[in-house]
Amino acid sequence: MDFIRNFPFICIVLCLATGVISSVLKPKAAKVVSVSLVSFCCVCSFCVLFYTISTGTSFTYMMGHFPAPWGNEIRAGVLEGVMASFFTVIMLLSLLGGEKYLKIDIEEPKQNLYFALINLLLSSLLALVYTNDLFTAYVFVEINTIAAGGLIMIRSNGHSMLAATKYMIMSLLGSGLLLIGITLQYDLTGHLLMSNIKESIGALAANGEYAVPLTVIIGLMSVGIAIKSALFPFHAWLPDAYGFSTASSAAILSSLVSKAYLFLLIKIMYRVIGTDVFWNSKITNVFFILGVAGMLFGSFSAIKEHDMRRMIAFSSVAQIGYIYMGFGFGTELGMVAAVFHILSHAATKSMLFVACRGLSEVSGDKKDFSDLKGSGFRNKMAGVAFSVGAFSMVGVPLFAGFISKLYLTSAALDTLSVKMVVAVIVLAVSTILNALYFIRAVISIYTPRNEHYRDPEFRPGKIFCIGMVCFIAINFVLGLASHPIINAIEQGLHMFS
Amino acid sequence: MKPRSDYELSWWRRLVRFVDGETLADVERRAEELRETNAQNQQMVDKEAEHVFEQEVKEDREDRKRRLEIEHEKEAKALLEKYKNWPKEHGVRIFGRLYAVMAVVLCVAIIATLLVTVSYLPEFGSPDNPNNNEVVEKYNAEGLYDTGATNNVAGMILDYRAFDTLGESHVLFVAAVCVMILLRLELTKDGKPTDKKRAAEENDRLYEPKNDKILQLSAKILVPIIIMYGIYVILNGHLSPGGGFSGGAIIGAGLILYVNAFGFKEATKIMNRKNYAVISVVPLLFYAVAKSYSFFTGANHIESIIPKGTPGAIISSGLILPLNICVGIVVACTMYHFYTLFRKGGM
Repeated sequence: MDFIRNFPFICIVLCLATGVISSVLKPKAAKVVSVSLVSFCCVCSFCVLFYTISTGTSFTYMMGHFPAPWGNEIRAGVLEGVMASFFTVIMLLSLLGGEKYLKIDIEEPKQNLYFALINLLLSSLLALVYTNDLFTAYVFVEINTIAAGGLIMIRSNGHSMLAATKYMIMSLLGSGLLLIGITLQYDLTGHLLMSNIKESIGALAANGEYAVPLTVIIGLMSVGIAIKSALFPFHAWLPDAYGFSTASSAAILSSLVSKAYLFLLIKIMYRVIGTDVFWNSKITNVFFILGVAGMLFGSFSAIKEHDMRRMIAFSSVAQIGYIYMGFGFGTELGMVAAVFHILSHAATKSMLFVACRGLSEVSGDKKDFSDLKGSGFRNKMAGVAFSVGAFSMVGVPLFAGFISKLYLTSAALDTLSVKMVVAVIVLAVSTILNALYFIRAVISIYTPRNEHYRDPEFRPGKIFCIGMVCFIAINFVLGLASHPIINAIEQGLHMFS
Repeated sequence: MKPRSDYELSWWRRLVRFVDGETLADVERRAEELRETNAQNQQMVDKEAEHVFEQEVKEDREDRKRRLEIEHEKEAKALLEKYKNWPKEHGVRIFGRLYAVMAVVLCVAIIATLLVTVSYLPEFGSPDNPNNNEVVEKYNAEGLYDTGATNNVAGMILDYRAFDTLGESHVLFVAAVCVMILLRLELTKDGKPTDKKRAAEENDRLYEPKNDKILQLSAKILVPIIIMYGIYVILNGHLSPGGGFSGGAIIGAGLILYVNAFGFKEATKIMNRKNYAVISVVPLLFYAVAKSYSFFTGANHIESIIPKGTPGAIISSGLILPLNICVGIVVACTMYHFYTLFRKGGM
């Protein structure tokens, strides 16, 4: 067996162990440990990605001395590799970009706990990506939920406490529904390993047995994950959680935590329920309708907002809507487009959050539009990054958002049904709405005002600049060289089924 | 004195004129003239009066209009106010009621759906249920051979599915970290308590029962028994029902009873910040390292060097006993730590 196959396991366990160690380290040491851990995981994930692409197959890894249905197992294919490398890169950049603001936002003796939470969160993200067992997925969903709540709460002001409470209530409801779904399916199939469940459910669906419980299971799992990933009517927790936490937390929550759940949903579709059964159930229509509604209402709420951070947060609701619309088509093309949108949105949104914090730093730590006017001139790096992010969100060619919108549209045109008409119209409308608020934001940060905030001594930090440049580079890579990535996604989805 | 306006036309005046020597025709003509001018005058006066009256009416109308307008404005303002306040005064109440009703309806709907679903599930405990498959069969038939643990549950959670349990113990840890973030009151850099912390401790000392003889005596008797029992449950986790989670909880309860009876001064001799850090971190690390070893050897098909021992003996079943001890220590520490955090913001 190639040694590379150990990498996913090593990453997960190392994250858990360093999470424990970081809780007793000094803040500076914890930061070094955390950053080097994330970089290490990043390298490992890329190794796994290239290994799976070069061998052209996926592999399973036995966790212990007992083979799969008895013991635990993790699995790595191309799509897992793509997701893991992408998640680690984004996490590293979010940490680097927001590192300066952690010191301001968090009490000094508690900073090491922040990094402990980051490490544990990364372990759960990787485990959710690699898992091949539904119950393992649930255990790491728990770690993910609590750690994410901690990341919101650690800023310790009234707003973030309230936001964390909201987040915990909604997120635990989602976990509960997911857990009920898992237990019900265990009662029907007697398995927790994904491939075995798929086999049994396929047989049950073919014979038409247990049709009612099967539908309920699909519904419970989907709704549980939809709540956790903030699909439109369940998004009440989102704007506060993203708007009032520290910059790195907001970036990580918006681009990684919710995306990990979406990836889990894809895994459930392909590897637990099976695409045939899943797409035949009417849940895809629900996804489609809610996704389309989210695209419109998220944008409307964002237009009304005068707090820049909350505006970006509401735009997340719209973008999650795009992803669920892609799921809702119930076709292979729709899934590819949705997965690509997961990547492009994750890359863009984290950049926007960190850049927005950079802008508010030179505007007296305020986040209102009126205060941020002219901040693009005061912090040039953040201004450029914000503009790139905004253009990508609107879907200007050359940027990541354009490609994902292109693929979503072509997936819509491929369905040839009522969904096609609705999807194309709503995509057009929502693009205009996106442009309304994002271009307004860009214009407002480049309107020369608020000279009293100007500090001639101010220079954006070196690490911040590096992070932002990397973010911009990733955006251009996704926008200009999307073909190999789309190929990898297609290959990965193919390996799933 | 001014004569009346019709004085010239009066009979008396005509008579006087006639007496003065005017002819009758003259008198008549003059009276005619006078009548005409009078009529003209009257007309003018009437016109003027009419004009004045019209003016007055107009003014009055305008005044009324204005007053009406003001009244309308007032009404509109009141209406607007009412409209603005409606959500606060009535809307919230109605929405709240609607919300409550909808919440109840939704809950009932979900409960009904779940109940209906349950009625469609395979019958509980029936031998030909789908979950009575090869997985459970192997756990039951070969569990003892595979893991060396007579308690099948311990074998399952700490050997077959150890990865899940590794995650589960870190769930506990991450929860502890979050509670620390929320409640821990920090010391200053030179190790002295800050004002907030001192106030919390002061407050704690005020409400702490001082030298409660009954509590102390019962604690003296109970605490050793509770802790011994907890240790027993942990150590026999692989032989009988029990294990790290339950035994740890029992020990934690014993520690909390001890603190309540004898106060923090006594307890911090053993459980201070430094010791807590070591006691909670080392077992988790040992857990991770030991399990990594077993995962690594298992996946790479290397023979593990850990002996299984004779089933039923206290030292047997490979890693399960040490892992149970680790989990027990972590759980006990976490419980005790939660108690101190809630009570005075840390040890």
